Amino acid sequence: MKKIWAWGALIFGLLYFTLPLIGMTNFSLKMRRGEYSFDAYAKVFSDPRFQETFTYSIMQALFTIAFGVLLVVPTAYWVRLKLPGLRPYIEFITLLPLVIPAIVIVFGYIRLYNTSSWLPLTGSIAGTNVLLMFGYAILALPYMYRAVDTGLRTIDIATLTEAAQSLGAGWATILGRIILPNVLVAVLSGAFLTFAIVIGEFTMAALLNRPAFGPYMQLLGANRAYEPAALAVIAFGITWGCLGLIQLVSRFQKIAPPKA
Amino acid sequence: MSFLTLTNIQKSFGPVQVVHGFDMAIEKGEFVSFLGPSGCGKTTVLRMIAGFETPSSGSIVIDGKDQGTLKPNQRNIGMVFQAYALFPNMNVHDNVAFGLKVAGAPKAETDTRVKQMLSLIKLEHLADRFPYQLSGGQQQRVALARALAVKPQVLLLDEPLSALDAKIRVSLREEIRQIQQQLGITTVFVTHDQEEALSISDRIVVMNGGRADQIGTPFEIYNTPATRFVASFVGTLNIIEAKVADPASGAVTIGNQQVSLKEQISGMKGGDNISLALRPEAGSIADSAKGDTALTGEVVSTSFLGSVIRTKLRIGGDVISFDMFNDPGLTPPTFGDNVTLRFAAKDLLVIRE
Repeated sequence: MKKIWAWGALIFGLLYFTLPLIGMTNFSLKMRRGEYSFDAYAKVFSDPRFQETFTYSIMQALFTIAFGVLLVVPTAYWVRLKLPGLRPYIEFITLLPLVIPAIVIVFGYIRLYNTSSWLPLTGSIAGTNVLLMFGYAILALPYMYRAVDTGLRTIDIATLTEAAQSLGAGWATILGRIILPNVLVAVLSGAFLTFAIVIGEFTMAALLNRPAFGPYMQLLGANRAYEPAALAVIAFGITWGCLGLIQLVSRFQKIAPPKA
Repeated sequence: MSFLTLTNIQKSFGPVQVVHGFDMAIEKGEFVSFLGPSGCGKTTVLRMIAGFETPSSGSIVIDGKDQGTLKPNQRNIGMVFQAYALFPNMNVHDNVAFGLKVAGAPKAETDTRVKQMLSLIKLEHLADRFPYQLSGGQQQRVALARALAVKPQVLLLDEPLSALDAKIRVSLREEIRQIQQQLGITTVFVTHDQEEALSISDRIVVMNGGRADQIGTPFEIYNTPATRFVASFVGTLNIIEAKVADPASGAVTIGNQQVSLKEQISGMKGGDNISLALRPEAGSIADSAKGDTALTGEVVSTSFLGSVIRTKLRIGGDVISFDMFNDPGLTPPTFGDNVTLRFAAKDLLVIRE
């Protein structure tokens, strides 16, 4: 009897999750009257604005990942190694982006870095791009920090650091050749999550007026019928692809978990 | 001048002082063990030599060079850790080569040195393995090779055998000693295992409460412990409480029996309490036993331990143990027997606090 309820709950959950997706995918394939086709997808892919915004967002994602790794890995490492008492406070700070809406952050940026401020980042395209990248890094911070911190927990960083120091290594060598390679899977997990967040982000890009993929999806959704559904399916595919890659790199990790 | 000199080293963590006025001079090529219980400060002294801790005061000099201002990566020191600390992302070859690569050694030279080191630890065939594919003993041997590859001035071993099982521990400690003698490298070994320290050291520093209670050869430490702590920590020692009868002749009273230490007891007068120590292997109850001193007591228990038979005797207010080698012709005493324990007066040591 209990099993029937368990199966029932599982089937209900699956239907609740998959039916809208199935419906959306079905709708995205019905652009041509009376038959299924990939016309909506073809239109999306051939749209120069799709290529432009998608490329822009990918570049932003790559820069955000690079910046996030450079910011988070040394910070998480240093906090674990030298300032373990500060961990709860750092964790709290890294979780703030989850409770502070993106719109609040971006308005703060616009007020702080407008053309009449001491650092007028919004006064140039390059400056605004950099500002947007910082914003994305903040949005991805909870995921990137947690992923890296969890990775660091699996290795004895204090002893590895001392071993490397006793062999003559400086901080850059320790971070680059010992710590980073040993938390690479965790960093990649954080990187894929960052990628997924940046590809779908709307608020910051729209308010900073940058040609990102999120605003393009919104614009398309307001003016077209089938293409936005196709675009949503593509966005889902990208997100799931990222999650799949996380699983894949975890599986191909050549380092065994440390023995207790 | 000694190769490694530690002068008046003090170390405090906040209000807690963990090392008090530690002095030590180690000669080139010497193997010195820091022996003591947990929290005695032995690892802290080792970590100060490595540069991982900074002394609150005092100086550390290696080969005439003060190490005070040098960071750990600027000191030419090799270190082996209890937890192996092999880099999980590198195979055995790369682990051993790490220090050489950091130092910028040419590839050919690095490869030759790595081969030499792997040959030294007899693991050439495992050069491509990753640390997780090795046993604990193999990992520790690789860690030793890695530490030695950079030709350090001093090798520091921080309880390197503690995580290994008993059999491997014995074979690896012999291997470590053999390699140390072969290379003639100055070595400091930290352990809480007295057997380890006694078996491989040129000298032992017995540490207690952040101080060096005694520094001496294993023979001196075992046979003539300087303090009650050293006597109780190194080996199994019987502590016998006695009263001084005549300090000039060395006569003492144990219970209602009088024995003579055959030498003057300095700094004491008749009637003073005195602690004496006797090793379990120093006495015998056999009829043929030799010894110029005898004590009679009642057998409390007898335990058969294989190669030896351990008997506990009540003498005065103390229960003391003594060991006899197992002999099929021997009849062990039984509970309640009154027996006479014979030993040499020189084996009865006066213990100072």
